[in-house]
Amino acid sequence: MKRSMKFLLPLAVFLGIAVFLYRGLSIDPHAIPSPLIDKPLPPFELPLLNQPDKTLSNRDLLGKVYLLNVWATWCISCRAEHPTLVALARSQQVDLYGIDWKDDDAAATVWLNQLGDPFQAVMVDKKGRTAIDLGVYGAPETFLVDKKGVVRKKYAGALTPSLLNDEILPLVRQLRTES
Amino acid sequence: MLATLLLALSLSLHAATTLEQFKFDTQRQTDDFRELLGQMRCLVCQNESLAASNADLAQDLREELYEQVASGKSKQDVIDFMVARYGDFVLYKPPLRPSTYLIWFGPILLFVIGAVVLARILRRQTSLPEPTLSEEDRKRAEALLESTDSDTQSS
Repeated sequence: MKRSMKFLLPLAVFLGIAVFLYRGLSIDPHAIPSPLIDKPLPPFELPLLNQPDKTLSNRDLLGKVYLLNVWATWCISCRAEHPTLVALARSQQVDLYGIDWKDDDAAATVWLNQLGDPFQAVMVDKKGRTAIDLGVYGAPETFLVDKKGVVRKKYAGALTPSLLNDEILPLVRQLRTES
Repeated sequence: MLATLLLALSLSLHAATTLEQFKFDTQRQTDDFRELLGQMRCLVCQNESLAASNADLAQDLREELYEQVASGKSKQDVIDFMVARYGDFVLYKPPLRPSTYLIWFGPILLFVIGAVVLARILRRQTSLPEPTLSEEDRKRAEALLESTDSDTQSS
């Protein structure tokens, strides 16, 4: 570096630090990259909320693009997210399956009766064992699964209409064209 | 209302369990279990280890890990199980791989850069030419040196 430019060095260092710090502002430390992305959805077979004698497994869902939403009635963000899910179900743009995580069945039924049931089916994960396999660390979490049963995206936290319209639904349409 | 409070209280007491509740056949399994919990992060309250956290998920994971260790799985098996589900993030000590080179070698890199800069500054200082003195300056310097010499002798 030329001697005449040397006085700019502290400014360059400052700008470098500023860029990293600024980026740090928009990083959510709770958004942990999922190791499941582009891997098959871990196998599960869970009883249904409204028909406890019947089960649904990940194999039953092969061949379609769907969203798998992990929720619970004790989860406050799930309540905030719920109207978005109901609106999504009404628009019939993608199938939505739910896993009720470590929850009270009766409370979950009341919740769906009162707030609307956006799910094709709700599975019950009483002990949270499937949630561990899915790497769930907080509700709500939503997985976008393709026709081959591969997890393509995972969203931790509540889905929003803009996230759905700008990112998820376009991706769903694209995944549907895959064989 | 009171019933709800009592229920919440009993639930929180239930969650606040200690590691003493986990009994193993061998001391080695006990040690493995403690060590594993100590080196894994609770994903809900990220600054707590699985051993220390009272989060519901941490309790579930402690039970899961207990079953695995008790059934004879090795430490590496359990670590692989956790990383496959929660990613490297669950480990306090990240594994060595290209994406973590900066974490592992960054401090050494900074040290090397510092050492090189320091060495260059020092070398430049020693290689500065001796200041040239005019004849007049030299005489003055000698006079000053002699006067201090005589000062020290006289004292």
